[in-house]
Amino acid sequence: MNTMYTTLIKDKLLELFETEQHNIRGNATPMVNRIRKHALTRFKTNGFPTTKKESWRFTDLTPLLNTEFAFDFRNQSKSTDIEKIFTCDVYDLDTYSHTLLNGWLIYKHAPLTRLADGTIVGSLAKAMEVYPDLVDRYLGKAAATEQHEMAALNTAFLQDGLFIFVPENTNVEKPVQLINIVNAEQPVFLQPRHLVIVGKNASITLVHCDHSLTHNISFTNTVLEVFAEEGARVEHYKMQNKGRNSALITHSFFHQKENSRVSSNIITLNGGFTKNIVEVTIDGTKCESDHYGLYLVDSNQHVDNQLNIDHRAPGSTSNQLYKGILDDEAKAVFSGKVMVRRHAQQTKAFQNNKNILLTDEAKANTQPHLEIYADDVKCSHGATVGQLDPNAMFYLRSRGLCERTARQMMMIAFAGEVVQKISIDALRARITNMVEKRLKGELSICEQCVLHCNSKEPTSFNIDLSKL
Amino acid sequence: MLSIKNLTVSIHGKQIIGGLNLEVKEGEVHAIMGPNGSGKSTLASVIAGRDMFDVDAGEITYMDQNIFDMAPETRAREGIFLGFQYPVEIPGVSIANFLRTAINEKRKYLGLEPMTGAEFLKMMEEKKKMVEIHSKLTNRSVNEGFSGGEKKKNEIFQMAMLEPRLAILDETDSGLDIDALKVVANGVNKLRRPDNATIIITHYQRLLDYIVPDFVHVLYDGRIIKSGDKKLALELESKGYDWVKKETKADTIP
Repeated sequence: MNTMYTTLIKDKLLELFETEQHNIRGNATPMVNRIRKHALTRFKTNGFPTTKKESWRFTDLTPLLNTEFAFDFRNQSKSTDIEKIFTCDVYDLDTYSHTLLNGWLIYKHAPLTRLADGTIVGSLAKAMEVYPDLVDRYLGKAAATEQHEMAALNTAFLQDGLFIFVPENTNVEKPVQLINIVNAEQPVFLQPRHLVIVGKNASITLVHCDHSLTHNISFTNTVLEVFAEEGARVEHYKMQNKGRNSALITHSFFHQKENSRVSSNIITLNGGFTKNIVEVTIDGTKCESDHYGLYLVDSNQHVDNQLNIDHRAPGSTSNQLYKGILDDEAKAVFSGKVMVRRHAQQTKAFQNNKNILLTDEAKANTQPHLEIYADDVKCSHGATVGQLDPNAMFYLRSRGLCERTARQMMMIAFAGEVVQKISIDALRARITNMVEKRLKGELSICEQCVLHCNSKEPTSFNIDLSKL
Repeated sequence: MLSIKNLTVSIHGKQIIGGLNLEVKEGEVHAIMGPNGSGKSTLASVIAGRDMFDVDAGEITYMDQNIFDMAPETRAREGIFLGFQYPVEIPGVSIANFLRTAINEKRKYLGLEPMTGAEFLKMMEEKKKMVEIHSKLTNRSVNEGFSGGEKKKNEIFQMAMLEPRLAILDETDSGLDIDALKVVANGVNKLRRPDNATIIITHYQRLLDYIVPDFVHVLYDGRIIKSGDKKLALELESKGYDWVKKETKADTIP
């Protein structure tokens, strides 16, 4: 019965691809359109991922697809004055900010900006026109559409998203912030596509935020490709503030050349359904790759983090640390894989997933995998699912702390290990504050969310997507 | 101050303490000695409020209140302190933050204003000096990565900060070298006041060279089988526990 829904939307998507072909292809390069067609064939064959697939075993998409979704292939958001509907309220966070509304980049002056240091930031759709060679060289090279059904779907329909090119030896001074906003009066299906190219010995920090402004149903299937050339440094922060009816799948594909350093930090505090897929290909020696994640989920939230680090070259180090606190009937899935290929000697790879369950109904599934074909490596993995340590609880209470304070202190400390990894002060302060308030119960997840579902005044916006 | 009458305690149906009696008055230092498994640590845990044990019979009153009516944190706020035999590592919780919270929760309970940051820091510096902590131990997470000696020093430091009326030190001397032992003993001696009391639980006589007890009790098989003054500790050291065991068999203890 359930599979019917997915077939329905699959057929609809295939049909839309034909009827909207002109709009979807737009001004994309011939190469991109070839990749697109190839990905569509994959999607035709593989369809949506089902729970029969190991990496989706505990995460069922079918109920989420049982909706009449609207699509925007023609950029209806073009002329929106974004400041009228949304401003980021993280105090003191000084960034080059770019906003995507319903999958399309919003801009005041020009779709692509060249910063003083030569960095190009802006719309991917425009970049395909202006820098076709650059786009052709990278786009689709990291996003493996064979293994990832949802990435294949994104690639088939890709139109716009954020494009960043950092030239060699360039340090982008301020973080680049990407705010992906969903604001629609009816259920929407969005597939933003981001491409980040970081040249030799260049560095960039990317702050990636997903927001929804209404509590309507939405399905966002994002693909981000990041290329770190020799000696490049990339920091990626992924945050979200989504309503309970939102589904958000984010693929982050990192391709690392030698001596490059990549770190990612995925914080999941608000959202209905969240799946984060992090794929790292270490394709050069002496790379460092650190991946952190924190999820604090309650009610019937579902969060799934899937990581795959592929060591293809010797002498690199990777590190995964994912921690979660689950309340009510929330569900979390962690699956972390480390692959060490035969030539990747002297690899160091560490993986750890820790979960605290606050109720008997909360559920965590954690699956560590190590696949090692080299013989001179140092790898470890660990996974825990448990309650707060009763010995530590007694220790704190025996000093005069009440049970509630002791619990909060331990949970904040537990989450703190991941939050402390955030190197942008303003962002770390904000996340620390949100985590503490959340764990102290001062702010329920709803109150803190921009939607303010409980408030009497409805949030109203000017964009009428029903015209689509 | 503390009165234990006919205390009987078990865990998973196995009796650990059977009919124990003890009276501790203000200003006194009691040493409880005994071989491994005699119930010393269980006694300490039961007084502090650990809920993994079943109290089958008897009563404990502290300052004329039934201790079993009080949560562990209430006992702490009323002035009971347990120095742990195995202090727990709590990653991510800084000692300073934790102690300030503990002190202010206690002050709130007692109807006092919370301590300001400056007052707290000043107090912390004084107490650090008192227990001879020179390092930045207090900036670190509670006991995380501490050496055995550092953990025990940290217990004494916490005791100094919390200013208990009744301190129970559970094998605080175990695993300490002689220098660390002296530091711990000095700390305890400096904290002695006419209105507080200390129970020292130890396996060896060694610590009692530095902290002179008013009473020494021998705990065996969940009961106090012999009590005396500081000389008893020396006698135990030279003759061993078997000597008391034989002696008590001769006497008929009820």
